[in-house]
Amino acid sequence: MNAGTQTHAVDLARSSVRELNATLHALKEGSNASLWRVANPGGLHAIAAGLDAPVTVEVDGPVGYYCGGMNKQATILIRGSAGVGVAENMMSGLVQVEGDASQAAGATAHGGALIIGGNAAARCGISMKGIDIVVKGSVGHMSAFMAQAGTLTVFGDAGEALGDSIYEARLYVRGSVTSLGADCIEKEMRDEHKAQLFERFKLAGVDGEIDPSEFKRYGSARQLYHFHVDNASAY
Amino acid sequence: MCGIVGLFLKDKSLEPKLGEMLSQMLEVMTDRGPDSAGFAVYGASEPGRVKLTLRAPEGYDFAALKETLGGDAQLTERETHAVLSVPEASVDGVKAKIAAIAPEVTVVGAGASMELYKEVGLPRDVAGRFKLAQMSGSHGIGHTRMATESAVTTNGAHPFSTGDDQCLVHNGSLSNHRGVRRELERQGVTVKTDNDSEVAAGYLTWRMREGRSLGEALEDSLDDLDGFYTFVVGTETGFGVLRDPIACKPAVMAETDEYVAFGSEYRALAGLPGIENARVWEPEPAKVYFWDRAAA
Amino acid sequence: MNEHIKPPAAPRTLPRESATFDAYTMSEIRRAAATGIYDIRGAGAKRKVPHFDDLLFLGASMSRYPLEGYRERCGTDVVLGTRFAKKPIHLKIPITIAGMSFGSLSGPAKEALGRGATAMGTSTTTGDGGMTQEERGHSQTLVYQYLPSRYGMNPDDIRKADAIEVVVGQGAKPGGGGMLLGQKISPRVAKMRTLPEGIDQRSACRHPDWTGPDDLEIKIEELREITDWEKPIYVKVGAARPYYDTALSVKAGADVIVVDGMQGGTAATQEVFIENVGIPTLAAVRQAVKALQDLGMHRKVQLIVSGGIRNGADVAKALALGADAVAIGTAALVALGDNDPQWESEYEALGTRAGAYDDWHEGRDPAGITTQDPELMKRLDPVRAGRRLANYLAVMTLEAQTIARACGKSHVHNLEPEDLVALTIEAAAMAQVPLAGTNWVPGQDGRF
Repeated sequence: MNAGTQTHAVDLARSSVRELNATLHALKEGSNASLWRVANPGGLHAIAAGLDAPVTVEVDGPVGYYCGGMNKQATILIRGSAGVGVAENMMSGLVQVEGDASQAAGATAHGGALIIGGNAAARCGISMKGIDIVVKGSVGHMSAFMAQAGTLTVFGDAGEALGDSIYEARLYVRGSVTSLGADCIEKEMRDEHKAQLFERFKLAGVDGEIDPSEFKRYGSARQLYHFHVDNASAY
Repeated sequence: MCGIVGLFLKDKSLEPKLGEMLSQMLEVMTDRGPDSAGFAVYGASEPGRVKLTLRAPEGYDFAALKETLGGDAQLTERETHAVLSVPEASVDGVKAKIAAIAPEVTVVGAGASMELYKEVGLPRDVAGRFKLAQMSGSHGIGHTRMATESAVTTNGAHPFSTGDDQCLVHNGSLSNHRGVRRELERQGVTVKTDNDSEVAAGYLTWRMREGRSLGEALEDSLDDLDGFYTFVVGTETGFGVLRDPIACKPAVMAETDEYVAFGSEYRALAGLPGIENARVWEPEPAKVYFWDRAAA
Repeated sequence: MNEHIKPPAAPRTLPRESATFDAYTMSEIRRAAATGIYDIRGAGAKRKVPHFDDLLFLGASMSRYPLEGYRERCGTDVVLGTRFAKKPIHLKIPITIAGMSFGSLSGPAKEALGRGATAMGTSTTTGDGGMTQEERGHSQTLVYQYLPSRYGMNPDDIRKADAIEVVVGQGAKPGGGGMLLGQKISPRVAKMRTLPEGIDQRSACRHPDWTGPDDLEIKIEELREITDWEKPIYVKVGAARPYYDTALSVKAGADVIVVDGMQGGTAATQEVFIENVGIPTLAAVRQAVKALQDLGMHRKVQLIVSGGIRNGADVAKALALGADAVAIGTAALVALGDNDPQWESEYEALGTRAGAYDDWHEGRDPAGITTQDPELMKRLDPVRAGRRLANYLAVMTLEAQTIARACGKSHVHNLEPEDLVALTIEAAAMAQVPLAGTNWVPGQDGRF
């Protein structure tokens, strides 16, 4: 943010999420970069959902469900934990959570980046369609279920059934994986993957601090791409 | 489908404020359950005495009932509910007598410290009617209900008592509760309403009657109860949390040196003192969590 | 000589086929044994179930007075989404086009639906696979489906839509996801869905980021926030427990509820699912209406009923039972030219016949509607097909008006259950109207 950035303060103890979102939606592409500081989010839902402008929103505290839902362009920083479906169906931009994220973080998101400082619960990156998710802690069960495209990078551990029914998304996990889901296998970590992982470290601001070779890569065995009776138990 | 809250105080100095904290948590969960609300508070107990929480139709003359019952009984009235404190030795006799002479009165809970209140209406109104904000205690659980397949009635409201000083609240939907209900009937456990949550409560009662601890009974439910559920259960000395293995229904917990709190959503916890520095996390699926005063 | 005369053969019984193991059942057993795959097909339940055919209207005579056809007004307009949305939808006729995906249908077929619906002043609906330019460009009013898979879901299209339909389930498969076979995952379909080309795509049965009405309420709030509370939010359920599902949709904040009976179609699902899960449309309407009435929300939250609607009589009967509008899917495809006898020889080459073709998922539709094959697609002229759909919608509307006028109604919404009687005990029980000639309504005091 340069010196010319306009800063606005919004207190959700005094005004509503509706008012905040209506104001942010009124900002159109090409409007001046601006910084919005949001106080007292108190776990309210749909904060900064549906933005479509290159603004920065800093939320000072924990948010409820669907913060940054369907985001385009905006940078949203959450200084606290995030509820269900943070950055769900995001198209572009950045959503950063300092604390933990609840289930379905980054669900079905097409683009942009989601950085989670703590842990993410179950179904992180479910049906993801191109987003890059970096979780500095661990992820819960059924993460990257039916993940179609994009990357999920986990510095900690992954719970049960990681990458169940995965399509073409790439999963990088440093710690342990309780179990892999149907059709998800460990794959060779080649230089191109290490380079991709390094880019994710940059996104999370930890490049140079972590060695990509500590990670394992997981992806689709592509055995369920065509229905076959011998795989019936996996359906 | 519902909102649930739970609060377990580690810091005794907060006990006078338990009701105030719990009622604020409950009210925030109105959107999740506007049909009815209820709560159980574990307050002061007197050695050798048992508290019976009674419920009766509006305007019922509890004082007259107390007179008729006679003996050593103390009565505290709260709207449609009343707490009758009686000597431990006379509990069964009092219950039998109430059943015989006052069929319109339901004993909704019993225990050394548990009091249990529930009613149809918005959580704010229900908490207000029973003056929850003025209650003190060591821990409590609460529930706001969006009725799914059973009627919006006081009987369908949570918590459901599962035994002396034990109660349960539930968010989710059980898919095999009719079958479990039939098995419970064979085992002599009565489930009075159509509500799937009462079946869960009855199931725990039955398992504990068979000698299982509450924690073990919760473990058993992972095998026998199908569907989606988050349970919060209260006992005389603590409270427990269990989510089904798929864990679609939300749950957030917070812990500080002063308390452990449970909410269906973070919003329920947002007003608690010192929440900004609490450890906030999501309970894992198929894992029994338990906080016990005796162990604390 | 007698020893040369053959004794008469003992009479033999006729060959007898089992009612249980009938020819179709045995062909299905042989098919399963040969392939090891369950049968997947399109369309809705084909078994005979009690339907609107089993209801009759009581026309006016002495106690009620009819309206003159053509001269005396009989309104058909309907407004959907009056509860919370800033911009409710105004339709000229109470017949909408149900959700059908681009992917299951070709681009020109989607265009034709848009043209036909727009000509008659009604809406079309997207499906599992996103919004196409063909569809948006040719639909004056377009409902955007919000499905578990979220294929092609994006905020730009949400803002372009006139309403959003959160799909919890559909009548052909309440509780199930779909399956689109590889033949139909063309490069364009694959790109819109972010999937590899040619794979057998499976759709999820639950939404990825909410489960249950208490969480749906929060999801609806998010969708309203994203669209600045302008657009009506529909919730669509497959008919299974319509009383509870309708009540819970209302509690979750829906503006409009769509209840789809088991005759409602699908692009591709297991035959066993289509024929064995869910309840008939006839059995669902009154339950849904009762839920709205019990909550004081009838006519405030609008009800759209779908699943096997074929003509103006079906429309009038659904409205009389309390629906605000109906939706058609299969019937609209037939109007466009699906299963048309002109392609009989090609249907036979596919091992079926015109009228029975339901392998929509295979992408070899001779009519060029349920396909992504560029050559087959050319067979459908979207302008002419759109015109056929408009004609069909006009006829259905005229038929519904004819019946309404005969019952003395100046608006089709003034039809009531009391204008109906049932021909069978089953229909009387399901529709909660008396058996014809009696005052007997079976199961009237029963629970849902």
